[in-house]
Amino acid sequence: MTEMLLEVENLKKYFNVGKHSLKAVDNVSFSVRRGETLGLVGESGSGKSTLGRTIVGLNEATGGKMVFEGRDVSTLSKKEKRKYNRIVQMIFQDPHASLNPRMKVGDIIAEGMDAHKLASGKERMHRIFSLLERVGLQGDHAKRYPHEFSGGQRQRIGIARALAVEPKFIVADEPISALDVSIQAQVINLMEDLQREMGLTFLFIAHDLGMVKHISDRIGVMYLGSFMELADSGDLFSEPLHPYTQALLSAIPAPTVSREKQERIILKGDPPSPISPPSGCRFRTRCPHAMEVCAAAVPEWKEIRPQHWTACHLY
Amino acid sequence: MAQLLEVDQLKVSFRSHGGEVQAVRGVSFNIGHGEVLAVVGESGCGKSVTAQAIMKLLPKRGCRIKQGSIHFDGKDLLKLSGKEMKQIKGSQISMVFQDPMTSLNPTMKIGIQIAEGIIKHKGLNKTQAKARALELLKLAGIPNPESRYNQYPHELSGGMRQRVLIAIALACDPKLLIADEPTTALDVTIQAQILDLMKDLQHKFGTSIMLITHDLGVVAEMAQNVIVMYAGIVVESGTVADILERPKHPYTMGLLNSLPNYEEGEKERLIPIEGSPPDLYDPPKGCPFAARCEFAMEICVGELPEPFAVNDGHHSRCWLNDPRAPKVTEFAAAGRDES
Repeated sequence: MTEMLLEVENLKKYFNVGKHSLKAVDNVSFSVRRGETLGLVGESGSGKSTLGRTIVGLNEATGGKMVFEGRDVSTLSKKEKRKYNRIVQMIFQDPHASLNPRMKVGDIIAEGMDAHKLASGKERMHRIFSLLERVGLQGDHAKRYPHEFSGGQRQRIGIARALAVEPKFIVADEPISALDVSIQAQVINLMEDLQREMGLTFLFIAHDLGMVKHISDRIGVMYLGSFMELADSGDLFSEPLHPYTQALLSAIPAPTVSREKQERIILKGDPPSPISPPSGCRFRTRCPHAMEVCAAAVPEWKEIRPQHWTACHLY
Repeated sequence: MAQLLEVDQLKVSFRSHGGEVQAVRGVSFNIGHGEVLAVVGESGCGKSVTAQAIMKLLPKRGCRIKQGSIHFDGKDLLKLSGKEMKQIKGSQISMVFQDPMTSLNPTMKIGIQIAEGIIKHKGLNKTQAKARALELLKLAGIPNPESRYNQYPHELSGGMRQRVLIAIALACDPKLLIADEPTTALDVTIQAQILDLMKDLQHKFGTSIMLITHDLGVVAEMAQNVIVMYAGIVVESGTVADILERPKHPYTMGLLNSLPNYEEGEKERLIPIEGSPPDLYDPPKGCPFAARCEFAMEICVGELPEPFAVNDGHHSRCWLNDPRAPKVTEFAAAGRDES
């Protein structure tokens, strides 16, 4: 049996927008297995980043439960919470905005170590050097400032910073979206190597479905704050069940001319506002298979096939 | 048949405090009537600067077109006066930008923004221009054009704004549309809508399109011909099948190899291009890709080759295509050949 590292139950994160509440994450349940990479895809506004930020504790959950290594996160003592904050780390999307421009790279990497009193003096220096080398930079880069590095190098610094506090679980929020294609592959390979060597677990948030498929063991598809489908990444791509997943997959333009192109499912219109999502199934306003029941009832989150979950009235 | 656009040996430099950045270093290409040409390359390769040079949108200060010519419909755009250029801009060549959030005027109703160009270039009166603008909104796939006409950009989603920009660009039946990363800021399902729209309108009006993108999937979807740029030069050019299926330049091969395989099968390790692009303050004397190229030879560092004609219309600027060079191409493309 694979051990669950993180179990999320009915997690909610609402934001107040004037008189309304914006349900950025609404009743989301899933679990992350130790050592796996769970991919999370969805369009802008689907709540995937909010979910990631809520898990690492950058947002406070409005409701629901998170169980990490068997313990409910909300019941942790102050000391235990500090430990949770150390072993759950985040890598951010924008390598230009997520590093303090006035701090030297070495201090950026060591900030977490200092806060958690993991190392000092020579040991601290030694760790910074080995982290820099581990992510493909050089030890003497520690004395430079972020602006002296390219986007790909900065993302490596962000990764070194996350690794510095010996995490078990890393939430990577669009870690490669801001990078050029040839650099993306470098960073993905680095993340895969680190995972193998250090036994890390990743929650990999992205909108580039090709890369998510490549790196993920399982993939969750979000739309307007809820999960639409969750399955092994092979199954999700070969047999997508939910009409939204089907449309999302068919929308990726493939970089080939010879292969027969599959019929495109083009969704009409834009996603509705998360302030007033449609009744019943959230996707029904754009769904080519929408029926009467879709407006009346919220579809149940069901395991249609072994390890293949979806929420759709078609099944 | 004469080409619609002929860019010949274009060189553009920017002066900055660190010295001179040679952003475009001798770029030549043609676009025929009704052709869709994709310009591919990573950030900093000079693709947007080339487009801005054609539109004469380069900043006046610190920027210089050092060499070259741009012929559009027989006229050399670089020799035209500001006034003559204004007549071509917007009516014969128009542009769609990457960021639909910042390319519209936030204080003007979108209908007026579309009608503006029509009144200016087509000499129609306000009522006629409004009718034409409504027609364009409808063509661009915007539901309820009458009510949308009076809305401001902030009331529209990203995809809708991009449709408005396309409507503005097509307002005066241009011969050439320059689209600079038109779908990069959009979600995939919206990108699919916009690409569909552009293809549809291209068929309807026969507009030539210069499509700037870094997404090879978008290239496969839209283009007939492709030029691949790296560090300010064109490294490879050919039909879309030449570039995506039979690439001859190691940079193009590297780009294709670094994409994850969409096909079924075993998870393979990605093959990245190691290193990063050269500094254009002081570009290398030889091939700019040599430092990252796994096949680099002695000559690559010392001398940049002229483009070799691989076959009709397919050119690669790489010494490997010299008949005397060792054959390595099959090995390089091996990662993608099984399918």
